[in-house]
Amino acid sequence: MINKLCTETFGLKNPDSLKTYLDKQGYQAWKNIITEQTPKSKIIEKIKESGLRGKGGAGFLTGLKWSFIPLMDGQKYLVCNSDESEPGTCKDRDILRYNPHSIIEGMLIASYAIGASVAYNYLRGEFMDEQWKVFNHALSEAYNAKLIGKNILSSNTTIDIHALIGAGAYIVGEETAMLESIEGKRGMPRIKPPFPAIKGLYGKPTIINNTETLASIPKIMLNEPGWYKSLGVNDTEGMKIFSMSGHINNPGNFEIALGTPFSELLNLAGGMWNEKNIKAVIPGGSSVPVVKGDIMMQVNMDYDSIAEAGSMLGSGGVIVMDESTCMVSVLQRISRFYYAESCGQCTPCREGTGWLYKILTNIILGKGTQNDLHQLERIATQIEGHCICALGDAAAMPVRSFLKNFWSEFEYYVDKKESMVS
Amino acid sequence: MNPEFIINEELGKLISNVVKKFPSDKKRSAVIESLLILQHHNNGYVTKNIIKALSDYLLVSEIDIYEVATFYTMINIDPVGRNVISVCNNISCMLRGSDEILSHIEDKLKIKVGESTKDNKFYLKDEIECLAACNGGPMMQVNHKNYENLTLEKVDEILESVNDK
Ligand SMILES: Cc1cc2nc3c(=O)[nH]c(=O)nc-3n(C[C@H](O)[C@H](O)[C@H](O)COP(=O)(O)O)c2cc1C
Ligand code: SF4
Ligand code: FES
Repeated sequence: MINKLCTETFGLKNPDSLKTYLDKQGYQAWKNIITEQTPKSKIIEKIKESGLRGKGGAGFLTGLKWSFIPLMDGQKYLVCNSDESEPGTCKDRDILRYNPHSIIEGMLIASYAIGASVAYNYLRGEFMDEQWKVFNHALSEAYNAKLIGKNILSSNTTIDIHALIGAGAYIVGEETAMLESIEGKRGMPRIKPPFPAIKGLYGKPTIINNTETLASIPKIMLNEPGWYKSLGVNDTEGMKIFSMSGHINNPGNFEIALGTPFSELLNLAGGMWNEKNIKAVIPGGSSVPVVKGDIMMQVNMDYDSIAEAGSMLGSGGVIVMDESTCMVSVLQRISRFYYAESCGQCTPCREGTGWLYKILTNIILGKGTQNDLHQLERIATQIEGHCICALGDAAAMPVRSFLKNFWSEFEYYVDKKESMVS
Repeated sequence: MNPEFIINEELGKLISNVVKKFPSDKKRSAVIESLLILQHHNNGYVTKNIIKALSDYLLVSEIDIYEVATFYTMINIDPVGRNVISVCNNISCMLRGSDEILSHIEDKLKIKVGESTKDNKFYLKDEIECLAACNGGPMMQVNHKNYENLTLEKVDEILESVNDK
């Protein structure tokens, strides 16, 4: 497909090398900025105009976020969020290992635009064997080429980038938990406000962006204003990588125009496996509401269209389920995850995620009652909106949507003590 | 009482490279990566003496380091088998058969999730959540290396090929 941004070097020989990236006009945007000493406000304006939205889950406008950074002098930080651990999502891992220089260039441009002289890329600990090594190697290549560091390309600009490694904790993907983790503490989310743009790492103004967001920046800067916007189809703007997993023939990452019909994306991923029918789709990582298959087939892959279908685009992790899937088992698995990953600071989340998992496990063991189904709904309501971070909501939303869309299947399990589908 | 743990020159060099990434008065930031380095040089787990040594080295209190060591699942504070197996058993992998993969490994090694084999060759990690390789499911990591699109036969081959350290 044409118009690749983050995935441009995928599939090439030595995709991660500086040479490969340079051959694809890599670092050209950065060199232009450095030689012309482009005013920061001009860069932020261009990112704003592009309509680029954060790819980490919330879809927040990137240029707008950058503009929250105070203009006064002083230490500021940029953090790239490569903690990728939302079930169903596995796009950042490929950018890290196949196109690391696009992340570095994006981090440089973002740091310059917000006035940060130091930037960190925080990788999840489990990336230690591959992505960590590849990214660190790319960093040293860029340092050797004087694209990063002191007096970059003989200008007065100094920006250092360091790679950091986590040690296993989904919650560290939440931006303020990540700041705590970088400070060497347990990854427990902070109460907002203050927002990181005002008071972030070590109390200094900090911008946190997702890996894919930052990797998209160089191409946006290199092209005419309006270019990125125009890549979207069906009245939407921009591009997105979707990680396709589950009951499909060719699972993989697909960088496509936002607004592409889901049915086309499903075709790209080889269609349903074993010629089975589609039953349900979780369109944006395990935290977002599930959508029935027939409804999903009418949806376009963009923020508004997915919202109309009752769900969210989220991180772009698309999990496809065929007619043989037991929805009770899937929900129990999702609930186990949030129970395991809750940091335990807020009572509704710590206790509620435990109860959700316990009740669902009981149902699977054939010990559930009708009342349990209502109890699940009540607990979800008590968690939602009552916690410090969005993990609580992420635990509650799937429960409500699974019950709403597949109530009869849950009732069947409780009555018959076995799954409807097996 | 175990002998005192000494951060030798080699380890000191590795840790000081971590410290350099942060402002000079923010040595605490180096705790997580330092713990990973030290555990790697101590058969995969950290002891009280290691925490004490790191505390002296970074001038961070022992309790602050201990808190971190217990919060993050990749840091072990108890001895574990020499080779770490992590199987993802979250949704995308489950839809492709990770339940069978996991029980096959449990049967084959005669241990449950969270346990190590009697000869201490393998540790089947207690964390069985998403490892960001969802489109390669079912998948597992052995000593942090990814193995994807697993079948029972592939699992046998991989485990049999693990050379003991
Ligand atoms: C529980 C939880 C986990 C998260 N995990 C990630 C993650 O792994 N990667 C990520 O980029 N954002 C994650 N986020 C979102 C971040 O908090 C933040 O919004 C994002 O990194 C901002 O980047 P963006 O604006 O470029 O999307 C998570 C949020 C929550 C509440
Ligand atoms: S909502 Fe859950 S994960 Fe988030 S801060 Fe509260 S307890 Fe921690
Ligand atoms: S669900 Fe198994 S790697 Fe993500």
